[in-house]
Amino acid sequence: MISESLVDLSRLQFAATALYHFLFVPLTLGLSLLLAIMETVYVMTGKTIYRDMTKFWGKLFGINFALGVTTGLTMEFQFGTNWAYYSHYVGDIFGAPLAIEGLLAFFLESTFVGLFFFGWDRLSKVGHLSVTYLTAIGSNLSALLILIANGWMQNPVGAEFNPVTLRMELSSFTDVIFNPVAQAKFVHTISAGYVTGSIFVLSVSSWYLLKKRDTAFALRSFRIAAAFGLASVLSVIVLGDESGYTAAETQETKMAAMEGMWKTEEAPAGLTLFGIPDEVNKTNHAEIRIPYVLGLIGTRSVDKVIPGIDALEVKIASRIERGIVAVTALEALRKDPKNAEKLAYFKAVQADLGYGLLLKKYISDVRLATPEMKAQALRDAFPKVTPMFWTFRIMVAVAFAMLALIAVAFWSAARNRIESRPWLLKWAVWSVPLPWIACEMGWFVAEYGRQPWTVQGMLPTHLSTSALSGNDVLFSLGGFLLFYTLLLIAEVYLMLKYVRLGPSSLGTGKYALESTNANAGANGVNAPVYAAALSSKEV
Amino acid sequence: MLDYTLLKLIWWLLVCVLLIGFAIMDGHDMGVGTLLPFIGRNDDERRVIINTVGPHWDGNQVWFITAGGAIFAAWPLVYATAFSGFYFALMAVLWAMFFRPVGFDYRSKVADPRWRTAWDWGLFVGGAVPSLVFGVAIGNVIKGVPFHFEDNMLPVYTGSFWALFTPFTLLCGVASLTLLVFHGANYLQLRTEQQIAQRARRVSMVSALVLALVLTVAGVMVSGMEGYRITSDILVGEGISPLTKSVLHQTGAWWINYERYPLIFLLVGLAYTGIALGLIATLARRGGIAFIGSGIACAGIILMAGSAIFPFVLPSSSHPDHSLTVWDCVSSQRTLNIMFWVALVMTPIVVGYTSWAYRVMRGKVTVANIQANSKSLY
Repeated sequence: MISESLVDLSRLQFAATALYHFLFVPLTLGLSLLLAIMETVYVMTGKTIYRDMTKFWGKLFGINFALGVTTGLTMEFQFGTNWAYYSHYVGDIFGAPLAIEGLLAFFLESTFVGLFFFGWDRLSKVGHLSVTYLTAIGSNLSALLILIANGWMQNPVGAEFNPVTLRMELSSFTDVIFNPVAQAKFVHTISAGYVTGSIFVLSVSSWYLLKKRDTAFALRSFRIAAAFGLASVLSVIVLGDESGYTAAETQETKMAAMEGMWKTEEAPAGLTLFGIPDEVNKTNHAEIRIPYVLGLIGTRSVDKVIPGIDALEVKIASRIERGIVAVTALEALRKDPKNAEKLAYFKAVQADLGYGLLLKKYISDVRLATPEMKAQALRDAFPKVTPMFWTFRIMVAVAFAMLALIAVAFWSAARNRIESRPWLLKWAVWSVPLPWIACEMGWFVAEYGRQPWTVQGMLPTHLSTSALSGNDVLFSLGGFLLFYTLLLIAEVYLMLKYVRLGPSSLGTGKYALESTNANAGANGVNAPVYAAALSSKEV
Repeated sequence: MLDYTLLKLIWWLLVCVLLIGFAIMDGHDMGVGTLLPFIGRNDDERRVIINTVGPHWDGNQVWFITAGGAIFAAWPLVYATAFSGFYFALMAVLWAMFFRPVGFDYRSKVADPRWRTAWDWGLFVGGAVPSLVFGVAIGNVIKGVPFHFEDNMLPVYTGSFWALFTPFTLLCGVASLTLLVFHGANYLQLRTEQQIAQRARRVSMVSALVLALVLTVAGVMVSGMEGYRITSDILVGEGISPLTKSVLHQTGAWWINYERYPLIFLLVGLAYTGIALGLIATLARRGGIAFIGSGIACAGIILMAGSAIFPFVLPSSSHPDHSLTVWDCVSSQRTLNIMFWVALVMTPIVVGYTSWAYRVMRGKVTVANIQANSKSLY
C-alpha cells in the first residue's frame, strides 16, 4: 500500500513546482500581448519610441520567459515521474490535450519567440509584427490547452471506464474540449495573466516617472498598460464569477469549503464576507454576511439551493456506500472478465467507483470497511475549509485592490494627470506584487479545492502516485528547491538590473543613463569593454 | 476511425519520428552546448557559438516536450512506467536541462567573466548530461528493465539507480553523446567561420570515427544478448491489458526481426551512410551536407534500435510477461485516431515554419557580428 508520507511529499513537490512555474506564466501571457500592442502602434505610426518600448519590455519578457520554459519542462514530465498511476488511469484522456499543447502551442510560441528577439534586422516591419503576434497566440493557446487538461480534472466529462484496460478512456473528445469548466478557467486565467502584465508595466513605468527618467517612454507605457489593464481586470472579475458558477455546478465540495458553508441555507444563500471558520464545531465565528449574494452568483437564480457541507455529507456518505458496491462489482468482473452479466452489473453501478476507491486509503478490501473508516473517508471528501476560505477571500480582495489602482490610473491617463499625481505613482510601484498574490491564491483555491481527488469524483489523490519511496521524493524535492532557488536569485537579480537600466539597456544612445553617464556600459549592460579586452588578447 | 492495429503501428512510427525530430533538432543544440567550453576559447567565440543556436534552441526543445506529451497520450503505460522507473535518471536530465534556457538567455546579460563562465559550463551540462542519459536509457530498454505491474496496474520498478549503468548501457550512452557531438559540430561548421569552424571540423571527424566504432561494438553486443520474444497469441486489433501474454527471454531474440525481414538492414546502412556522408562532407568543407549526414545518422540509429526490439517498447527483465509492446501499451482507438490526425496536420506545419525560421536567420555568425550587436544578441 502507498505510504501517506509518499503521497504528501508528492503533493508538496507538485504544488511547489506548479506554484513556482505559475510565477512566470501569467507575466508571459500578459507581456506577450502587451508587446504585440506596442509593436502594432509602432508599425501603424512609425514612431521609433514604440519600437524601443517593444524591445525593452521584450528584454524583461525574455528574462521571465526563460524561467517559464525551464519550470514548464518539469511540469510536462512530472505526471510520469511522480504520478504514474494517475498517468496510467487517465492518460488516455489527459495526455491528448498535453500532446496537442506541444504540437499546436509550444512549437508556435517557442519558434517565433526566437525570431522576436533575433529577427529585428532580418524581417520587414509587418513580418516582425506577425512574429510577435504568433508568439502571443502561441502562449495563449498553450494556456487554453493546459486548462482543457486541468478543467477535465475538475469536471471529468467525455470519459468512460474500461474494465479490460483498467482505466478511464475517451468517449467524447468534443466534450473534453468544450468542457464549460475549462472554458471558464481559460478566460479567467488569461485575463489574470493580462492583469499581471499590465500591473508590471504600470509599476515599472511609475518608478521611472517618480525618478523623472525617460518620461516620454514611461508615460506611453503607462497609458497602454492602464488601458489594457482596465479591460483585463474587469474581465478577470466578471469571468471569475463565471468560474464560481461552474464550480457551484460541478464541484459542490469546493464551493462549500471556499464559502465556509457548513449548513445549507434557504435560497438565495448569503455571502460570508468575513468569518473565522471553526473546523471542529463546523461553524464560523465573527461572521459578516451579505444576504442573497452567494445564491445569485452561484446559481444565477433566486430559488436554487446551494448545498452546504451538511447536505453534501449526506449525499457523499451514500455515494461511498454505492462505491463499495462498484469496487466489489469490478473485482468480481476482473476474476471472470467474459461474464456478460457481471459486466452489465458493473456498468450499472460504476458511477460511484471513485467514491469506493476513497476507502482504499484505509483498507484494500473495501467490503470490510468499518463505520470509522467510512466516517474518515467522508471527512476526507472535503478540502479543509480554513485555507480555502481565506485564500479565496485574499484573491478576491486583491483583485478589487487592483481594479481600484487600474481604474484611477486609467482615469488619470485619460485626463493627462499621471505625472502630477505622485501618490498614484507610488501606489502603482508598491502594487507590483499584487497580481502574483492573486494568481497563486487562485491556483490554490482551484487545486487544493479539488482534494481529495486528482480527478474529481473519479480518482483519489492517494492512489495517484508512483511506486516510489518517500525518500526518493524527498531527495528530488530538495533538488527542485535548490535549483529553483538558485535560478530565482539569478532571475530577480537580472530583472532588477534591467529595470534599473531601463530603456538605456538597449544601447540606442537616446535614453537617460546613456546621455548623463558616459560610463553606463561599464556598469553592466553588455560591457563592450570586457569583450574588447578579451578579443584583442586573442587576436 | 482507422483500424486499431494500423493505428498502433502508425503510433510506433510517429513516436520514432518525434524521437528522430528531437535528436536532429534539439540534438544539434545539445551538441553545440557540449562543445561550447572547448571550441570557444574566448568570450567572443563563445558568443558566436551560442548565437548560432540562439534563435532556435527554444523551438528545438519543444521536440523533447512534444515527444514526452505524445508518449503520454499514445503510450500512457510507457510514460508512467519508464518515467517513474527511471526516476533519478529523468531528474538528472531535467535538472541539467534547467541550465539551458537560463544559460542561453542570461549569460551575456552580465559582463562579469565568472558569471559568463559559470553559465558556459551550465550549457555544457545541459547538453552533455541529457545526451548521455538518453543513450543509457535506450541501452536499458534494449537490455530489459526490472519492473512489473501490481494488481491494479500500478507500475513498480524494482531496480536501483546505479543498476542502470552497465558496460553495455554506458556504451549506448557514449554512442548517443558522440552522435549529438558529431551533429552539433557539423552544425557549427555550417554556421561559423575560421578557427571555430576549423575546430568544429576536427571534432566532427574524430566523433564520426568514434561513433562508427562504438555503434559497431554495441550492435554486435545486441545481436548476441538476451532479447525477448512473445510466445502466446496476442489480440493486436483490440484494447488489451499488457498482462495477458507470455514472453520468453531468449539469447539472440533481438536478431530475429533482422533475419526475418532483411530489408531492415537498410536502416543499418542508413546509419553508417549518414556517418560516412558527414565525414566526407567535412573533409570537403561542406558543412551543410555534413549536417544532413549526421541527421541521417540520427534517424538510422533510432530506427535500427527500434526495429530490433519491435514489437517491444519496454521489455521487463524481472517479469517478461508484463513487458510493454506496441500492441498493449497504447491508448484507446479513439485517442490514437484523434491524435493521429492532429499529428498529421500539425507536424508538416511545424516543420514548415521551423524551416522558415532557420532561413530567416541563415548565414554565418561572426565575431564582428557579435561586437556590432553586443546588446541585442546572446
